[in-house]
Amino acid sequence: MKVELRILRYLPERDEAPHWERYEVESDPMDRVLDLLIKVKAEQDGSLSFRRSCGHGICGSDAMLINNRNRLACRIRIDQLGKKISVAPLPGLPVVKDLIVDMSGFFGKYRSVKPYLINDQPEPERERRQSQEERAKFDDTTKCILCAACTSSCPSFWARPEYVGPAAIVQAHRFIFDSRDEGAAERLEILADEDGVWRCRTIFNCVDACPRGINITRAILEVSSAIVGRRG
Amino acid sequence: MDYSYDAIVVGAGGAGLWAALELAREGVNTAVLTKLYPTRSHTGTAQGGVCAALGNLEEDSWEWHMFDTVKGGDYLVDQDAAEVLAREAIETVLELEHMGLPFNRTPEGKIDQRKFGGHTRNFGEAPVRRACFAADRTGHMILQTLYQQCIKYGVKFFDEYQVVDLLFEGGEPDRGGRAAGVVAYRVADGQLHSFSAKAVLMATGGFGRMFRITSNAHSLTGDGVALCYRHGIPLQDMEFFQFHPTGIVGIGILLSEAARGEGGTLLNDLGERFMANYAPKLMELAPRDMVSRAMYQEIRAGRGIGGKDYLYLDVRHLGRKVIEEKLPDITEFARIYQGVEPLKEPVPVQPTAHYAMGGIPTNVNSEVVRDDKGTVVPGLFAAGECACVSVHGANRLGTNSLVELLVFGRRAGRQMARHAGKVERPRPIADAAETVRGQLEAIRTREDKGQKVAAIRSQLADVMMDNVGVYRDGKLLTEALIRVRELKERYGAISISDRGHVFNTELLEANELGYLLDLAEVTVAGALARTESRGAHSREDYPERNDAKWLKHTLAYKGPKGPTLKYKPVSITRFEPKPRTY
Repeated sequence: MKVELRILRYLPERDEAPHWERYEVESDPMDRVLDLLIKVKAEQDGSLSFRRSCGHGICGSDAMLINNRNRLACRIRIDQLGKKISVAPLPGLPVVKDLIVDMSGFFGKYRSVKPYLINDQPEPERERRQSQEERAKFDDTTKCILCAACTSSCPSFWARPEYVGPAAIVQAHRFIFDSRDEGAAERLEILADEDGVWRCRTIFNCVDACPRGINITRAILEVSSAIVGRRG
Repeated sequence: MDYSYDAIVVGAGGAGLWAALELAREGVNTAVLTKLYPTRSHTGTAQGGVCAALGNLEEDSWEWHMFDTVKGGDYLVDQDAAEVLAREAIETVLELEHMGLPFNRTPEGKIDQRKFGGHTRNFGEAPVRRACFAADRTGHMILQTLYQQCIKYGVKFFDEYQVVDLLFEGGEPDRGGRAAGVVAYRVADGQLHSFSAKAVLMATGGFGRMFRITSNAHSLTGDGVALCYRHGIPLQDMEFFQFHPTGIVGIGILLSEAARGEGGTLLNDLGERFMANYAPKLMELAPRDMVSRAMYQEIRAGRGIGGKDYLYLDVRHLGRKVIEEKLPDITEFARIYQGVEPLKEPVPVQPTAHYAMGGIPTNVNSEVVRDDKGTVVPGLFAAGECACVSVHGANRLGTNSLVELLVFGRRAGRQMARHAGKVERPRPIADAAETVRGQLEAIRTREDKGQKVAAIRSQLADVMMDNVGVYRDGKLLTEALIRVRELKERYGAISISDRGHVFNTELLEANELGYLLDLAEVTVAGALARTESRGAHSREDYPERNDAKWLKHTLAYKGPKGPTLKYKPVSITRFEPKPRTY
């Protein structure tokens, strides 16, 4: 089948501003949007630029705005989208070229929540014990692949770019609720800041955007409750 | 711009990150260069588990793990290296747990373990529960955990800097030169930067993108391996490339062996568990080379599903709880990429190009060696899939790639720290980037002569898949060598349409295609010369293993008209070669 692919193009060394271009692509319904982008680059315009690596939804390179929703290009099929498909860079992040955005601010926020296990106790000879129930408390948030689909879909983030954003809160949650971690107090203090969890307006865009199916809003609410509980 | 560090790590997958972490803990001034962001590295896609003889669920020992590794590799494994692998697997997995890796747990709260192909108790008696896992995203959790620790220890990262050349001082490596740094292309603006260093680690991963159907990321183009080759370092055992049995039909995305480790079965068109005819003891948990060959045999005999070129992986009987708690990602892959519901229907699968057993030769301290005598290239290291130490021999066992990158990434970091403490920083090399600048500029500015990256890349992938796959013979390989050389010739006239400097991914893909072509030529040449069948290298015209003639490693050196092949002996310490049955 033929698909009409509209792509928001921007070559900084040529274009003054982003603009839409149309491509007609022969496609199989089971193809993913990434397949079509690769096809356009191979057959129609080699300058089309986008990030990609694993091609099956694990590395997090190819999040973009597809038919007005944040999706991984390698994880959304043509038969889920129809014959007219629009592709643009992630909203709310500076565009570098075509579908490539500047990720440095996003990763800076990730780093700001101390995304590593904090535990200064001497290490035991064998593994630290953890019950299956304790492990289950943070299972969901270990799935995050840092693709930025959630944060860049968040109206609170668009309105205030200083907001730490859902992805960083998800990463903090992964440690705050890990029974082996002792850094919860430090992280909760960071997230209690004016650009922390209180910026969340439970709009649920992040949950819709997450390619890993993480219940992000619930994670944010659990972190908020922990902050309140600590003050309690 | 010119940078100077004590140590440079090229690649930010598991091996590179663990090396960087060791270096940071030792206080060595280190930079990690990656062409991606670290969390995009291919380690993250590893699914099923990482083997270590913890014995959490049943008796196990590192010696059994070592034996399985040697036998799984069809005795081409260097046994001194396999011993290091199996022993240190235990401490590295425990160290990962201490770093925070969220392993699945047993009811007692220990690390949970499951069965995996070729891993057995008591030297081959029956499958053993050895693979430690975090659902079916073990690699994702390893990559995340190591990156987290690197952040904690303040490792310096240069994200989206693609290394395009290696620097040596005192001559090229074959004349005794030592590693002196790298040249990197900054993807954001196309500028070349030189990084001088006392110690340089190649941790650039594999090169499965030379095949049409592959589980490998688009970025797996063998950059570090090809750069070493171009600088006169031989490549070892490149003819051994693993085809994983259970790829998604047509696109090659992997469905983990963990599905079979948990009890999933393989069925032919008659609904038979055909592995009973090939490996009666281990059945679906035989090593990957044997399972992939069995699948081809079934397909050739007309017992593929509906007579076609695929078979079924069936997990329906495992039940919803096991599937959702232990195999959630691959279940989702089947739904998305194949439109199949694994809870209700069997999943169509076919072998997919997965893993390079060969690569840059190293010793057990991850130092690169350049000849059959083990002569070290001072300051140059390699670890992970790009290296060949050799713990996988002719066929890697499932999970041992993760074990390798943990054990030998850690060893690389420690040895680099020792090395950096002993030597002076190299002098900055004037015009270090000029050679590679010329090569890249030629591609970027060349007039269109009708030779395009995508066309050559897809023709390469076709010939490698069709002629250098699970089964090979002299005729197919001879044809492949001619084809690959024609493509190399055409590559010399390649042109691109993007003339810019910002994120010129077309230029980078063109450059990477050059690496793939070099490595494909070495793979074919090694396979054509090796007139036996061993592990993943299966010659229909030479169907038997021939220890008298071929129990030796291949070393391929770059020559003026293609690779020159030499050989070196295999290290055999504990286990004499025996016929390989399961």
